This record gives sequence, C-alpha cells and structure tokens, in this order.
Amino acid sequence: MELTHFIWLVTKALLMIAVVMGCSAYAVLLERKVAAAIQWRPGPNRTQIPIFGGLPIIGRILTRIGIFQPVADGLKFVFKEEPFPKHVNTFYFLLAPMVAFIPAMTTMTVMPFGVYTNEAGEAAPLVLANLDIGILFILAVSSLGVYGIVLGGWASNSKFPFLGGIRASAQMISYELAMGMALLPVLMWFGGSLNLFDIVQGQSAHMFKWTIIYQPLSAFIFLVALFAETNRLPFDMAESETDLVAGFNTEYGAFKFGLFFVGEYAHIIIGSGVFTLLFLGGWYPPFFTDALPEGWIGSVLSVLIFFFKVLGLVFFFMWIRWTLPRFRYDQVMKLGWERLLPLAIANLVAYAIIIALIAQIQN
Amino acid sequence: MAIKVVERKPLSLAERTYLPQIISGLGITMKNMLKPAVTLEYPEERPDIPVGYRGVPTLVKDSNGREKCVSCQLCEFVCPPKAIRITPGGIDESSEDAHVEKAPQEFEINMLRCIYCGYCQEVCPEEAIWLQNMFSLNGLSREELIFKKKKLYELGGTLPDNHFKWDKKQDAEKAGNAH
Repeated sequence: MELTHFIWLVTKALLMIAVVMGCSAYAVLLERKVAAAIQWRPGPNRTQIPIFGGLPIIGRILTRIGIFQPVADGLKFVFKEEPFPKHVNTFYFLLAPMVAFIPAMTTMTVMPFGVYTNEAGEAAPLVLANLDIGILFILAVSSLGVYGIVLGGWASNSKFPFLGGIRASAQMISYELAMGMALLPVLMWFGGSLNLFDIVQGQSAHMFKWTIIYQPLSAFIFLVALFAETNRLPFDMAESETDLVAGFNTEYGAFKFGLFFVGEYAHIIIGSGVFTLLFLGGWYPPFFTDALPEGWIGSVLSVLIFFFKVLGLVFFFMWIRWTLPRFRYDQVMKLGWERLLPLAIANLVAYAIIIALIAQIQN
Repeated sequence: MAIKVVERKPLSLAERTYLPQIISGLGITMKNMLKPAVTLEYPEERPDIPVGYRGVPTLVKDSNGREKCVSCQLCEFVCPPKAIRITPGGIDESSEDAHVEKAPQEFEINMLRCIYCGYCQEVCPEEAIWLQNMFSLNGLSREELIFKKKKLYELGGTLPDNHFKWDKKQDAEKAGNAH
C-alpha cells in the first residue's frame, strides 16, 4: 500500500471519528435544550469561551444557545475526581466503559453518509468501508454494546448496577429478535442485498419509494426495537434512575462515566443513521430527487440532507424521552415477546408472500 | 352515604397499543416546547418584591437626619432569636438633639441569627427599625455579618415622614404646656 493512500485513509477515519464524537457531544446539548424547552426553561445558556464568547453580538447569541456547553461538559468529565470503589473487579470494571464505547464507534465505519460520482461515472457511496454485508455488520457489532453494560453491572459488585445489568441483557435479547425480524422484509424488498448503499439507491426515485411508505409496520417495529437497543426512555431499563439509583453506571464516575455517556449518544446517532438509510431514503431529498446535481455540490448536498434527516430522528428520540414515562420491567418483557415479536413474524410472512406475488406478476 | 360504583371499562384495542396516547402526549409536549420559558434569570433579572415584604432589618433616620432610635431596647427584648443587641447611651448636652435624651451607643443585628419575622419593626414605638426589600445578604466571615450601627444606617437611609414627635414635644414644653 502506498504511503499517501494510507495517510488518506487514516485522515478519513479520524475525520469521521471527530464528526461523530462532535455530534455526540452536541446531541447531549440538544437533549438538554429539548428538555428545557419542554419544561419552559431556557436550558444551558451561560458557558462562555473567553475569545469567542466575547465577540460583540455573535458571542452573546452563541452563549445563549449553549454552543460552548459541550466543552465544559467534556472538561468536567476529565477534571472530576475519579472514584474507584474497593469492592469491584478491577479488570472488568475498567473494561466495561470501553466495551460500551467501542462498538458504537465501530459501526460507523460501514455507514454510508452521502453519494458521489466516481471516475467510472457511477454513483458510489461516501463511506469508510463499503461492505457488502453492511447492515449485518452493524447489527452484529452494535449488539456487542450491551456487553459493556452487563460487564459494568456485574463488575461493580453491588446491587443496583447488578440489577441494571440483568435488565439490560434481558431487554436486549428480547428486542434484538423483533429488530432482526422487522429488518428481513426490507432486505427481501431490495432483492436480498445487505449493502446499505444498494438499499438507499433502491429508494432513490422519490419520496414514495421510501421503505417507510411500503413497509410502515417494519419501520415501526424497527424503531421501537431501536429505542430498546439504545436504552432510551421509555426503555431505559438499564438505568431506571428512579428505582435503581443509576443502574449499571452507579459505581462509575468522571471519565469512565463519560465514556458510557458518549457511547450512549453515539449509539443513538448511529441508530438514527441506520433507520434513515433503511427507511427514510438515506441522502435523497423527499422531493425533486433529480435536482441532486452532479459533482461535488451534489455530494455536499447529499451529506447535508442525510445529516438533517438524522438530526430530525435524534430530535424525535429526545422528544419521546421527555414525553413518555418508563415502562415497568414486566411491561417491557410483555411488549417485546407477546406483541412485537409475533407482529414482526406476521409482518415477515405477509411481505414474503407479497414479494413472491409481485415477482410472479412481473414475470 | 350513597356509594357510587365507578365502572372500569377494559381497555380498547387502540388503548392497548398505547399508540393514540403516545401521539397525543407528543402533541402536548410539542405544544409546551413552543411556549416561551418562564425562568427568571436571577442575577440579571430580579423578582418583583411584593408590598409588605420582610427583608433585611435596618435602622432609619428621620428627614432631619436625626437617628430615630432612642435605645428603648423593646426590639432587643421582643426579638425571638435574640439577634439584636443594643448598648444604650445618652445624647451629648451640646447636641441640638439633646431633648431626645437617649440614642444607642451601639446597635448590632446579627444577620446570621435574624429570622426576618418583623417583630422589631412592629414593636418599635419610634418607627426606627424597618425591614427592607433586600433579600440577598452574604459575607466572608461571621463577624462581617454582625451588622453594626453604621452599616445599619447605611442600608436603611432616611424615612421621609413628618412626625417630628420630639421636636413638637420640645416646642410644647417651651410654650409652657408640658404634656
């Protein structure tokens, strides 16, 4: 491999990490701002960085919308005292935050986020690694994230984290099934391709080609399972701060907690990205699809459109969080096994028949 | 007593899916999100102080600049947490306020003990001690928060009333009709 090529690859990867990390940090800010707006509060509006915050008018506006808040939040994690309980299993206790964080960061390698025209004149995805089994890779790696939570809960060697870890693992198993089942009709719809780029290209024509129009039930089940997978309210069984103190991360503080925290938000962003790719037409605008121009302008536009779709979904995640209370544990189990799983199986069978019929008619 | 049995209907199918409730809930939160914030951003914005508010107790002077307190010590005795300490004293013969006879030599209010009950203001026959609108007090040491006479007059200022009780009394005495 040439050196320049290698450097280019590393630069791309670092850039992607920087963007996703930045987005996670600002997702925390968005969460706080959305919560504040729903509760009639202004939200974080005081943090200032000396030079930028002192600018005449812009500095004031930036401070009011809390642009500098993520910096303060991040620094807080670094500079806080690092509590280290004596009763923990040190190795696994330290391993857990990393295990929670790394899968969330790994899945982004195969996530396409835009389109460009390559030298051969074909549409190609903007992606770090265009795997043919992209969606399978994402499902496999992202479900590893639960090991971080279970490990953290177990290694903490105290009651509340332990309960949180157990709940998280039970919930994850229950909803992973429904999620996979809801995904199968989508994959069948696009001719069995597991490549995320192909799936998005299949929805390119116009808004009524989006999978969510043809398969609303799959989209719904996938979305609910996504909420459960990312441990977001109303499914935040692992944390349930009202009955488990802070769940699996009760014993964690400072930067170790920060890793869990950023991992959770990275998970939400990646999850929203996958939902956008599968069901919301990826980087294609809802109307005027032909208007996506050739060349770099088209690429930039596609990335922006993808970004705003993901942003909308992330907002939806937060909106739900500040609307719904948490399900009780048995309700979560019941919903997963008695409602979503049968529904997903019925959905799968129905679409298998429909797709076979369409194939028959077309022949 | 009539007993009314409330009928508990089983949930309908739509209710059991939770979905209509979730959607209406989302509507409520969205409606609230669009409302303006009600937060009072404290150090910059101050709350409206209602009439009759009981803040920091202070001493006041009358509009001639005479200190109104005559060190009768009623406030000291009525003060429930014993926050007030008065050292009574006389007034110098050469002073033009000599006819008032007494004034506090030292007047201390321990703001760490004060409970802002307002009894001192109520009991004062001279209307010399008044609770102000000020509600935010701080200091770096306990000693700093024991307010001395000078500080209390600084905070209190002048009460622009026109009773001049003692001057009228002096005028009456001069005219020969004492009491």
